[in-house]
Amino acid sequence: MLKLARYLKYFKKEVTIGPFFKFLEAVFELIVPLVMASIIDIGIKNRDETYVLQRGGIILLLGFMGLIFAIICQYSAARASQGFGTMVRNDLYKHINTLSHGELDSLGTDTLVTILTNDINQMQLAVAMLIRLVVRAPFLVIGAVVMSMILDLKLSLIFLIVAPLVSIVIYLIMKLSVPYYRVRQRMLDKVSRITRENLSGARVIRAFSKQEHEIRRFNEANNEVADIAINVGKISAFLNPATFTILNVAILAILWFGGIRVDVGSLTQGEVIAFVNYMTQISVALVVVANLVVIFTKASASARRINKVFETVSAVKEKDEDINSNEIAPLVSLDNISFAYPGSDEYAVEDIGLDINDGEVIGIIGGTGSGKTTLISLLPRFYDVDRGEIRIKGRPVSEYSFDGLRELFGIVPQKAVLFSGSVSDNLRFSKRDASIDEIKKAIEIAQAKDFVERLSDGYDSHISQGGRNLSGGQRQRLTIARALVRNPRILILDDSSSALDYATDARLREAISRNCEDTTVIMVSQRASAVKNADQIIVLEDGKMVGKGKHDELYKTCNIYREICDSQES
Amino acid sequence: MMSFIRLAIYTGKYVIPRRVDSVNFGGGGMNSYDESNSILKRLFSYAKPYRGFLIAALISSLISVTLSLLIPIYIGRAVDYIIGPDEVNFPGILDIIIYLAVFIGGSTIFQWLMSYSTNKITFLTIKDLRSQVFNKLNIVHFEEIDRTPHGNIINTMVNDVDIISDGLLQGFTQLFSGIMTILGTIGFMLSINLGIGIMVVVLTPLSLFVASFIARRTYRKFSEQTEIRGEMGGLIEELLGNQKLVKTFSYEDRALERFKEVNGRLHEVGVMAQFYSSLTNPSTRFVNGIVYAAVGILGAFSAISGRITIGQLTSFLSYANQYTKPFNEISGVITELQSALASAKRVFALIDLEPESSDEGLLSSVESDGRVKLTDVAFSYVKDKPLIEGLNINVKPGSRIAIVGPTGSGKTTVINLLMRFYDVDEGKIEVNGVDIKDMQRKALRSMYGMVLQETWLFEGTVRENIAYGKENFTEEEIVDAAKAAYAHSFIKRLPNGYETIITQDGGNLSQGQRQLLSIARVMLLKPPMLILDEATSNIDTRTEIRIQKAFSKLMKGRTSFVVAHRLSTIRESDAILVMDQGKIIEQGSHEELLRKEGFYHKLYHSQFSTNQS
Repeated sequence: MLKLARYLKYFKKEVTIGPFFKFLEAVFELIVPLVMASIIDIGIKNRDETYVLQRGGIILLLGFMGLIFAIICQYSAARASQGFGTMVRNDLYKHINTLSHGELDSLGTDTLVTILTNDINQMQLAVAMLIRLVVRAPFLVIGAVVMSMILDLKLSLIFLIVAPLVSIVIYLIMKLSVPYYRVRQRMLDKVSRITRENLSGARVIRAFSKQEHEIRRFNEANNEVADIAINVGKISAFLNPATFTILNVAILAILWFGGIRVDVGSLTQGEVIAFVNYMTQISVALVVVANLVVIFTKASASARRINKVFETVSAVKEKDEDINSNEIAPLVSLDNISFAYPGSDEYAVEDIGLDINDGEVIGIIGGTGSGKTTLISLLPRFYDVDRGEIRIKGRPVSEYSFDGLRELFGIVPQKAVLFSGSVSDNLRFSKRDASIDEIKKAIEIAQAKDFVERLSDGYDSHISQGGRNLSGGQRQRLTIARALVRNPRILILDDSSSALDYATDARLREAISRNCEDTTVIMVSQRASAVKNADQIIVLEDGKMVGKGKHDELYKTCNIYREICDSQES
Repeated sequence: MMSFIRLAIYTGKYVIPRRVDSVNFGGGGMNSYDESNSILKRLFSYAKPYRGFLIAALISSLISVTLSLLIPIYIGRAVDYIIGPDEVNFPGILDIIIYLAVFIGGSTIFQWLMSYSTNKITFLTIKDLRSQVFNKLNIVHFEEIDRTPHGNIINTMVNDVDIISDGLLQGFTQLFSGIMTILGTIGFMLSINLGIGIMVVVLTPLSLFVASFIARRTYRKFSEQTEIRGEMGGLIEELLGNQKLVKTFSYEDRALERFKEVNGRLHEVGVMAQFYSSLTNPSTRFVNGIVYAAVGILGAFSAISGRITIGQLTSFLSYANQYTKPFNEISGVITELQSALASAKRVFALIDLEPESSDEGLLSSVESDGRVKLTDVAFSYVKDKPLIEGLNINVKPGSRIAIVGPTGSGKTTVINLLMRFYDVDEGKIEVNGVDIKDMQRKALRSMYGMVLQETWLFEGTVRENIAYGKENFTEEEIVDAAKAAYAHSFIKRLPNGYETIITQDGGNLSQGQRQLLSIARVMLLKPPMLILDEATSNIDTRTEIRIQKAFSKLMKGRTSFVVAHRLSTIRESDAILVMDQGKIIEQGSHEELLRKEGFYHKLYHSQFSTNQS
């Protein structure tokens, strides 16, 4: 948590002013019972109405000043905590942007989203509480004890017993119940998981007539949630009564022993009343302290998660300066590369050597899990190879800046994802300043012109998040257009025509080869027909290259290639 | 004094300002009075089986509030016995202490009882609610599941129900105690001294005014904040969810620009929202201070003129000190109540979904010889958009029927009708001469083994997933089924073999492997009829060929329906139904259809034309 505290230095003013004024407010609050005691002991005793009015006025004034101070403090707290949150969010997001695919894989998108939202909010709350309450609540407790000690040292013993006692009770009840809450959360997650499974599997569940089984499964989890909640309820239900009892028993003690002290003349009637008042203040403040403990425990867990992301640095290091790339052939050269995903000890691709020349069409074929997608994600340096070297234009990829390297590529990923925004926005995702003509051209090559122009607003038509308002095939064609619009040196199509019917697929390939003559095309596919005419076909099996060459040659020499073709030819 | 301590750990919101979540579906946020009323009534009808606890909670609250309000009065009396040196009446104090001890003890017990009963009624009621929702999900018309975003349903199941428990059930007793405390306080104050009592009552609107002023401001800022937070959440989800794409196109800088822009707006609103909401406590303290000072001054005057004792003044001061607190709590509870009503509305909307027609009294088992006949079937998902019309299919026992056609032509719809996920609008479907509407769904569905393109596995072991459709099975049967589905070899390579737990996102299995498991599931059952809806489209073609062999073995002598994208996989079918726009436009064997040189011919050649080019 301390590491994140450095952000507070930007809010020095707020962090000092806030607690200071809060402190003043608390001091004023502690004075009130004393003033009231003097009203009773002096004003009423002497029947002095002016004195009563004066003192009453002081109480009002104290309250008013307290309000002003509190407002200053709350404003400082709001500025500091929100500012803190905003800065951490910006920096964290910026940092996440520097992470490579490997770190993204291991951290997980969902986790990152949660950290960026919930965890930072939790920290933000902790900062606000730090300013607002961390001074106030403990000070009220200590102040009340001190005040009572000043009033009467012997009687203040009651406070010295009560304050820790209430703390212990609150602590015990929390300690007993917190583990139950974790269990309850886990069970609730199970309820939500079973519901999700039930919905996504509705067809299968009904097909197998397993509804009753599912209901049983659900009820088990549901009952457990209720049981745990009721059990923990029994414990937490003690909280209010227990503190209530301690507080009031303490008041009884004050009455009795206070009576004794008054009887011997070392305390006044008004001061007994002040004691009772302080006792009430203490109990409220202690609960706040307990809440602070909870908030800071949560916040420190959040801080740990946030720091973990900050501490994660990209394994793929960017070169500071761009090199002047020469055009040395071949365009791309894989020099016996091997790569294993972080945390795995098995190579996902192994010993691959390959030269790709300018303007060539390369086909990569193989079964699911054979390493096709892995291989192409090494080219733009989403991951660094473990052995061997990848050179582009004669230079190792590690010598390029990320932008300098990646602008060479136009990639169409397997999963056709679009962003919310217009059709043009989506194409400009890959090229910020693409002109409308460039956009139209890319869309035409991608065989998307017909349907885009039929959309209600043409190129300005809105696409919902993920592209859900389009069919799979339409989405896929737009992702192809998105890659084409930046006019890449190397176009990578990762099994990206699976949602297209064969006729459209064929037209698409024809259009690409006609319009992008200078472009090097790397085509990943499971369909033999898609790679058949490539200048080089790479056949992958379990991460190894088991064949390289042209169709006719491979068909004769490579068993696996032949099997793939035969399984598809009719 | 009675005060509700709400620890953050229990409520998650003690010091966190309350916020009304925006309503996503099920109508607007504000309910009309009548509607709220009927929702409340209905909700309490769910609590009915536990009304004993409800009554206990209310009575306990009444008793504990009354007892706790008596305490300041007796403290005041005790103070009157403590006048000054040698003027302390110890027997009197002792008497009062005994009374007080009884009040404290009684109030403590009833406070606990109240919390306990409230908890019990709350959690039992929401358990019933959840269970009702889940039951409904399993008998609801299929279109509801297809139509409603699953995230919304899960959200309702988990969060909305929790909000109901917080807001409506626990809130209800809190509201009750709060009102009781206020009324009781006023009553006691009036009974001690009419003048001072009236003054406090007159000052009451001040605290109400302040509370509502802040609440209105806060609410506005909070809803703005919620909106921007939503926007930011969407942005984060979209960009981070596709971070690899962002990197692919070097979009990082622009992404950061967009993020900073939204974050900046969030900051502006956030500061004000937090500021306004944090004013509640100081303002209440200030109002409290005014009341306290006023009671102090007026009380002191009255004491000077001898109309009240100092002890009574003490009681007054105690009351005044805590007087505004319930107001705060009540305004909080009312906010929670409103969002709870909105949540309840969504929960009831789910519970009220139309169920499928009842299976009662229908045939519980039908002998299947594999004869399936569709006569003049018409069906549409949307009323005015007819999809399938006048569909006639006559399937002979043991034959293999392939259904092909472009996307949206209605292939999967036919499957939906065969399995009775949806009911036909017109015409009828018969199995072995029996209308499927005359048999129980279970009886019908048990005749089919179904494999879909989208695999479904649940969190459990590989074995449990394979055995999903069958109650009793031997180890051997499972392994045989896995072998038949070509899944055995990869299962053996998993860390724990058949005992490997399949994680929810299925991250430890490839799409193809997941598909093999769902095929094994059907292999285990050996049902009389088969439905394969794009069952192998996620599997590479070499594996597919092997699975096809397994299927062929399985399909032998069994009627089977195969929906396929790749025409190569269906050429050996006995009959191919070519669908387009909801109708069967051609039917016959592969050779017949090719000879026809119609739609199928075109479709077929479009798939293979590139092979010949």
